[in-house]
Amino acid sequence: MSDKQQSVAFFRETMLPEQAPPATQRGIVKWLRENLFSGPINSIMTLIAIYFIYKIVSGAWPWFMNGVWTTSSLAECREVLQGSTGACFSVLTERWNQLLFGFKYPEDQYWRLLLAMVLLLVAVAPVLFAKVFPRKMLIFTGLYPFIAFWLIWGGTILTPIVALLGFVVGYLAFKKFEHQSFAMGMLAFVVGAAVTWIIGGYLTEAMSGFIALQEIPSRDLGGFVLNIILGTVCVSLSLPIGILLALGRQSSMPIIKWICVVFIEFIRGVPLITLLFVANVVLAYFLPPGTNFDLVLRVIIMITMFSSAYIAEVIRGGLAALPRGQYEAADSLGLDYAQATRLIIMPQALKISIPGIVNVAVGLFKDTTLVSVISMFDLVGMIRGPILASTEWNGVYWELWGFAVLLFFVVCYGISQYSQWLERQLATDHR
Amino acid sequence: MSEAAQMTVSDEVAIQIENMNKWYGTFHVLRDIDLTVYRGERIVIAGPSGSGKSTLIRCINALEEHQKGKITVDGTVLSSDIKNIDKIRSEVGMCFQHFNLFPHLTILENCTLAPIWVRKTPKKEAEEIAMHFLEKVKIPDQANKYPGQLSGGQQQRVAIARSLCMRPRIMLFDEPTSALDPEMIKEVLDTMVELAEEGMTMLCVTHEMGFARQVANRVIFMDAGQIVEQNEPEEFFNNPQNERTKLFLSQILGH
Repeated sequence: MSDKQQSVAFFRETMLPEQAPPATQRGIVKWLRENLFSGPINSIMTLIAIYFIYKIVSGAWPWFMNGVWTTSSLAECREVLQGSTGACFSVLTERWNQLLFGFKYPEDQYWRLLLAMVLLLVAVAPVLFAKVFPRKMLIFTGLYPFIAFWLIWGGTILTPIVALLGFVVGYLAFKKFEHQSFAMGMLAFVVGAAVTWIIGGYLTEAMSGFIALQEIPSRDLGGFVLNIILGTVCVSLSLPIGILLALGRQSSMPIIKWICVVFIEFIRGVPLITLLFVANVVLAYFLPPGTNFDLVLRVIIMITMFSSAYIAEVIRGGLAALPRGQYEAADSLGLDYAQATRLIIMPQALKISIPGIVNVAVGLFKDTTLVSVISMFDLVGMIRGPILASTEWNGVYWELWGFAVLLFFVVCYGISQYSQWLERQLATDHR
Repeated sequence: MSEAAQMTVSDEVAIQIENMNKWYGTFHVLRDIDLTVYRGERIVIAGPSGSGKSTLIRCINALEEHQKGKITVDGTVLSSDIKNIDKIRSEVGMCFQHFNLFPHLTILENCTLAPIWVRKTPKKEAEEIAMHFLEKVKIPDQANKYPGQLSGGQQQRVAIARSLCMRPRIMLFDEPTSALDPEMIKEVLDTMVELAEEGMTMLCVTHEMGFARQVANRVIFMDAGQIVEQNEPEEFFNNPQNERTKLFLSQILGH
């Protein structure tokens, strides 16, 4: 023994076999010990937390289970309950269509909104899950805005077709003049698109009955569908605009740079609600009398401006996080500015910015409920206005607001989970 | 005479720098640089840090702008015209101290990107070229991995392959081994030696004096933004003339 202690030299003759860890160090026992009962204070807090969870669940459980689903007014519901605890979920079933579609959209046209929402999923799928769905589906994604416009607002099918044609003609003109210079191409695009739209405008007016759906004014849109329309349109517009603003802010051309800086700083310095009031009331004063500028369009412009300023700042953060070497490597290979930005800089900057962009997108989606303040009847507007003000359902708060919370939570949590999945998909740094 | 010196150097001029000056604000970084590089020449630029050696080679492909003087690369005079600059950049390859691979693309995509977008090479052909050069730097089996999965030495070899895919006529190396662990320096230097033996025109900023002795046919010593001394490697190392050169060599070779 003492011999061994004095000697430093050592060599192993047999290798040790693999052993399982002791019972207290594995599985659920280990987890409970480490996470819930690691010491006296932790154990006490665990017990208190369990007590509170029990209280909440035991209180809410009967309320849920006794829920009444089939009455047509609050009074009837109270009669059925006869004083016992229970929820009047029947407000949801009875006003289901109003909550989703608003109260002015013609009932026999609901299928158009439903179809538009289902097609939205088809259109968005290849963008969100690029690896799963074939690239050709992106053609449908490109067409979807025009289809959705026709379905939701109705009118002759010529309107979206002319709008689409304008873009196609503009693009062809751009391609024809692009080799001269980018600016000439853009000018050709604008001229080509404008000419098509003006000619098409006369054509649609002359043939307003051609394959027409019943026309529905923007004022008649409402319910959760309105939130989804505003959210989807504004997010998908503000992302590209935000990218351009972020790039513009880094531009070496002082005029472009200052336009972007002033826009971003001004918009960020103003509350969204004031912008919405501007959209609702003030904007009309600046337009020539007699012009009827659609309210939903005005709101979309304001929300898009607002969120694109935020997204621009988020992306600027992503751009700043890129090492200078990436720009230099792209430059040294002879890539021009557009190629370097599209192929090297933006993919990486956007990847870094995903959490920030999602933050803005989720915030934007929830902010669409602010339109209820300018008397548009989105989900919140519907609940506050027509439903709670009606004689049948005056006083049903928990069920309605709980439903609104649930709807928004499901969508926002879905966005959040998607973004985390996307970040894992794009992780190539293997840290 | 070293093996390198026997390699052919033509009298065709690859890079001509005349009276070039550069300032950062009021700081005079490069002063009256005159340098002619002939096709097939391998030049090592040495000097203490802050002496302007990196800035010098970064001026050649316009990563840095010079304020005075004239740089002619492959017969094209470097001006502020962006088309002119892009043309020179596509002819001049560059390797950086920190590799600067594109982390979101695979090794193969890193190598095919510029040929596809700048040279308009068809994708399949670009991939064949890329695999050819990846084999040359001895890492074809890593083609579908991402840069983050490779060691530093492997990444730098990919960076060399990426530049070679553009078929450059001139290669610039900006301290290619300075960020590497000692055991990886050799594999990168071996690749560079091989490149030199094939007659590539090379300008290397490096502290690897062994490399300079082996392949350079000219060593340039810079200090305070000026070319202080230039000579053939044997003469440069064995018989330095300028006091600053002597001091630098004693410090760098002393340990």
